Amino acid sequence: MTQLALVIDLNVCVGCHACVTSCKEWNTSGQAGPMPDDNPYGADPSGVFFNRVQTYEVGSFPHTETVHFPKSCLHCEDPPCVPVCPTGASHKREADGIVLVDYDKCIGCKYCSWACPYGAREFDEHSQVMKKCTLCVDRIYDQTLPEQERKPACVMACPANARIFGDIHDPDSQASQMIREQQGYALMPELGTQPANHYLPRHIRRGSDDSA
Amino acid sequence: MQTGSAVTNNGNIEVKNTTCYMCACRCGIRVTLQDGIVRYIQGNPDHPLNQGVICAKGSSGIMKQYSPARLTKPLKRKAGAERGDSEFEEITWDEAFDILEKRLAHLRATDPKKFALFTGRDQMQALTGLFARQFGTPNYAAHGGFCSVNMAAGMIYSIGGSFWEFGGPDLEHAKVLMMFGTAEDHHSNPLKIALSKFKRQGGRFISVNPVRTGYSAIADEWVPIKPGTDGAFIMAMMRILIEEGLVDEPFLVDYSNSAQLVIQDPQHPDFGRIARNTQGSPLVWSGKRQQAVSFDAREDGIVLDGAFTLADGTPVKTAFRLLKEQLAEYTPEYAEQITGIPAADIVRLARELGETALTKGGELPIAWTDCWGRQHASISIRPVAFHAMRGLAAHSNGFQTIRAFSLLLSLLGTIDRPGGFRHKAPYPRPIPPGPAIPSSPDDVQPGKPLNGAPLGSPASPDDLFVDANGQPVRLDKAFSWEHPLSLHGLMHNAITNAWRGDPYPIDTLLIFMANMAWNSTMNTSEIRKMLNDKRADGEYKIPFLVVCDAFQSEMVAYADLVLPDTTYLERHDCISMLDRPISEYDGPVDSVRIPVVPPTGQCKPFQEVLVELASRLKFPAFTNEDGSRKFKDYPDFITRFETAPGSGIGFLAGWRGKDGSKAMRGEPNPRQWEMYEKNNCVFHYHLPREQQYMRNWNQAYLDWAHENGLIGKNAPIVIQVYSEILQEFRMAAEGRRPGKQPPEHLRERVKTYCDPLPFYYRPLETQRSDCDTYPLNAVTQRPMAMYHSWDSQNAWLRQIHTYNYLYMSPRLGQQGGFEDGDWVWVESMHGKVRCMARFSEAVEPGTVWTWNAIGKAAGAWNLDPEANEARKGFLLNHLIAEELPPGPEGEHLSNSDPITGQAGWYDVQVRVYKAEEDEDFSWPQFPAQPTVPGEPSRPDTLAYHAARGGAANPAPTPWHEQFADKLAPLTQPLQGIGKRIVSAITGEKD
Repeated sequence: MTQLALVIDLNVCVGCHACVTSCKEWNTSGQAGPMPDDNPYGADPSGVFFNRVQTYEVGSFPHTETVHFPKSCLHCEDPPCVPVCPTGASHKREADGIVLVDYDKCIGCKYCSWACPYGAREFDEHSQVMKKCTLCVDRIYDQTLPEQERKPACVMACPANARIFGDIHDPDSQASQMIREQQGYALMPELGTQPANHYLPRHIRRGSDDSA
Repeated sequence: MQTGSAVTNNGNIEVKNTTCYMCACRCGIRVTLQDGIVRYIQGNPDHPLNQGVICAKGSSGIMKQYSPARLTKPLKRKAGAERGDSEFEEITWDEAFDILEKRLAHLRATDPKKFALFTGRDQMQALTGLFARQFGTPNYAAHGGFCSVNMAAGMIYSIGGSFWEFGGPDLEHAKVLMMFGTAEDHHSNPLKIALSKFKRQGGRFISVNPVRTGYSAIADEWVPIKPGTDGAFIMAMMRILIEEGLVDEPFLVDYSNSAQLVIQDPQHPDFGRIARNTQGSPLVWSGKRQQAVSFDAREDGIVLDGAFTLADGTPVKTAFRLLKEQLAEYTPEYAEQITGIPAADIVRLARELGETALTKGGELPIAWTDCWGRQHASISIRPVAFHAMRGLAAHSNGFQTIRAFSLLLSLLGTIDRPGGFRHKAPYPRPIPPGPAIPSSPDDVQPGKPLNGAPLGSPASPDDLFVDANGQPVRLDKAFSWEHPLSLHGLMHNAITNAWRGDPYPIDTLLIFMANMAWNSTMNTSEIRKMLNDKRADGEYKIPFLVVCDAFQSEMVAYADLVLPDTTYLERHDCISMLDRPISEYDGPVDSVRIPVVPPTGQCKPFQEVLVELASRLKFPAFTNEDGSRKFKDYPDFITRFETAPGSGIGFLAGWRGKDGSKAMRGEPNPRQWEMYEKNNCVFHYHLPREQQYMRNWNQAYLDWAHENGLIGKNAPIVIQVYSEILQEFRMAAEGRRPGKQPPEHLRERVKTYCDPLPFYYRPLETQRSDCDTYPLNAVTQRPMAMYHSWDSQNAWLRQIHTYNYLYMSPRLGQQGGFEDGDWVWVESMHGKVRCMARFSEAVEPGTVWTWNAIGKAAGAWNLDPEANEARKGFLLNHLIAEELPPGPEGEHLSNSDPITGQAGWYDVQVRVYKAEEDEDFSWPQFPAQPTVPGEPSRPDTLAYHAARGGAANPAPTPWHEQFADKLAPLTQPLQGIGKRIVSAITGEKD
């Protein structure tokens, strides 16, 4: 069974936010849009983003790492947002493993966002429905797009090629290979959600006589 | 063009190519329009620069196009309103042109230098420079003087090329990359693409930077250095490389002036010059023959390091020996004290660079012939790449630091070799590259073009643009003894000098897309007062201020006349070989913008304004012999303009010749724009492989570049380890040279800083600061998702950076009794600002830093006056002076590099202390700028959707339609662009 996912390579992500705004740009006018912004030109602007980059510092000076961490819906194999949904709006597709919200059925109760341990859901106050990453489901099957463009917008945009899109159940996919070969990991595996999205860790390359 | 059903089933879809301008990177973009509304901007996969990718800024172009901060009408300051009040009345373009024509015609006919044109990060300096030159004013410059001219001048005067537009690191072949302070846009997407590939193929990335953000985040090793001390670090590494024999000796002997003999007798009239034979060839020492021989004879056995006596008894030393002597004091221990980098690390890093460069390279099997006729079977790989930009440049010791940096690259033999530094056309160019600048006040004449280019590169003191007393002719004092090699001018002093009338008052100042009342100026609070200051007779000290911009910036508020520019999606543009093109290592590349949407309101591209004014003022280059107008508009100008009659060289190098069959050089092609449009708006000329490397000395390349007008002569471009040009300036200062002489008060300064060999000195402002009271360095950085001040009006990007903190080591909080997130004062000897502290372990503990240009004046950029940018954001510029404190050389000297005039942004010393309890907003605050006529109103809610289903071709019902009626109603009526956004969402038409 197919499980589409993103593999995000933290070894090359420079935190440029291309994935954040290219996602917004595609999806706000796409089938999952619009993605409203409140106070877009005022105090405390607050908009719907399906993908956000968080930045962390790890360690103490001078042994500090700055880690840019892009995060969107992880399309869990056992998504806790699905069973809590009272209307069936939040669902996982059998064919490709994408977790979606059917806006027609969503009543805006927010149970799914409480259930999601990753904070990956975005509530649209204006339409009173829950929104989230769709893996650009309106791009990836679009036969009228050139084949190399049937990818999520964030993957197309990423200047560092830090986002690899593919079927992680296919052992020969590039995504699976990279997870395997570069110690890819999932977030909070102890919760049993089995996130489909994976992250590739930093690999530090030391100089020949760098004993640090 | 094939497009997806996600859009094709919804209305009329068009896909157009053009070039991005959300920063200066200039990526190819593909714009999808839905019923004329911008639906999607993606990277153009067929573009050599970005290869299909796009950054956060580029992806947010929609929010720039439809921003409520757009200026849409020409405006005139209301009678009775003061500058800064932002009170304007709408006028027509005819009125605006009449006002300008009348005023400028008078100035041109009487005293052309009273008109000054300064431009920001525009990409049309070939045109703006031509306009100024044809006008006849010397007072023209772009942003380079306050950006990175040290990087340009320091490298161009050393190796004949520089970073970013003119060269870069060859990460395809490199094994180690050492990067010094570099902002994300230098280079943006190409560098991200290359860094990712480099790391994945096993390259090791070392970042030397006081702060670990941006590209440094993914470095394998972070070397936190104190700001402004890079010169000491680099000099110490060079010392180790030479001491341990880790230098590319044959390269230095053959391709640099390292082995050339410098006269050492202080009594000799040519003391300090390179000894030459009667033919003018530099002399080198033959170890075999034990005598001086011509550098150009290419004999074997030339000695790199030595001291000798010429046949006439003159003592000489090789330039390399002098460099070694200069380096003697730069021990790793000395450098540790200056830089904060442990001596052992300096030694280790130097060895790593040297060993990698010299032992881990190999050869590329590409045969080539050098300028002396010698054939080479291959090209040596030197797999150590460097990159650097403003971190080195924006200090008043930056020029000499970058001279040192250039020499480090040269010692390792990395210049235009695989894995090292690679040139991009039109570079390499001769040292100096030209063009010739005017050198006398007589070169400025009423009614005539300027005799020389307003910006160029002096080759000797006699090229300086000074009067008989050695005083500057230019308003910004560029090319004067204060800053002899100020290749890009000193825009950061233009307003202060014009206000003070030093060296003279001007009449009209035209500013194009530069926010000189805010983030593009030093000393912001005072500059705002100067812009509004009046003489005793009630006239403004700068009598007429014209601002052309696409957005309602802080600067616009001070204008007497506002010209509304278009966005990048609304105009023609060219990224020209005559300017700063987007060339690749393998050959020249230029590109164009072609409008994808019509201009908004009355917006007019600045290029069209210039062509119109140039035609009205009858500039020779814009007028036929019979006095009639030569060019219909900007596209026509670009098609038909040639650098000289019949030269075949114009702004665009692609599809020249009558039928478009010629490249680089050929007659104007009336269908050139069409051909660019059909070819992704980009032209890429691929050099043969044998012309892609070692281009300073590659005869085939130099011949080709000369034939195509990139360089004036096809002679070898020898690396200036010892800068003979600087030595000429030093000799003038010592009174040992006929010709132009510095004024007495500047002699010592010129003599000290125009050292022909690099050296480290404390930045000038630091030398004059009380570093006990102000112990911290304060610097700024540019975030990846914002370009200068451009993007706070962008609804999506401002959500990434809505306000800024001052980042600092938690130790400062412990010492000062404040916590993370507390309001603090940051104070320099010039003033103070209030901001919020953010503790960080990713910063060198003696440094504090913030993101540049996030803080805004209240109401500017059509943000709500209560927006976070104004209440919580802050601008460090208030603490940075545009002039140095008075010193031995007198007063009113620019706070800049003493050689190039590069603004010393990063030299300021500060202290930080806790603010009072009730001080919970940023300071200084300014009265809120009102919006101007024609500016669209701000929506309280935005829900951008390019279009709804087209009636002719109904799509499967999009999800959003199910709740379209639930969209929160907009709370204010919209007009203009705002209305267009809403109609795009709701499908309502006017």
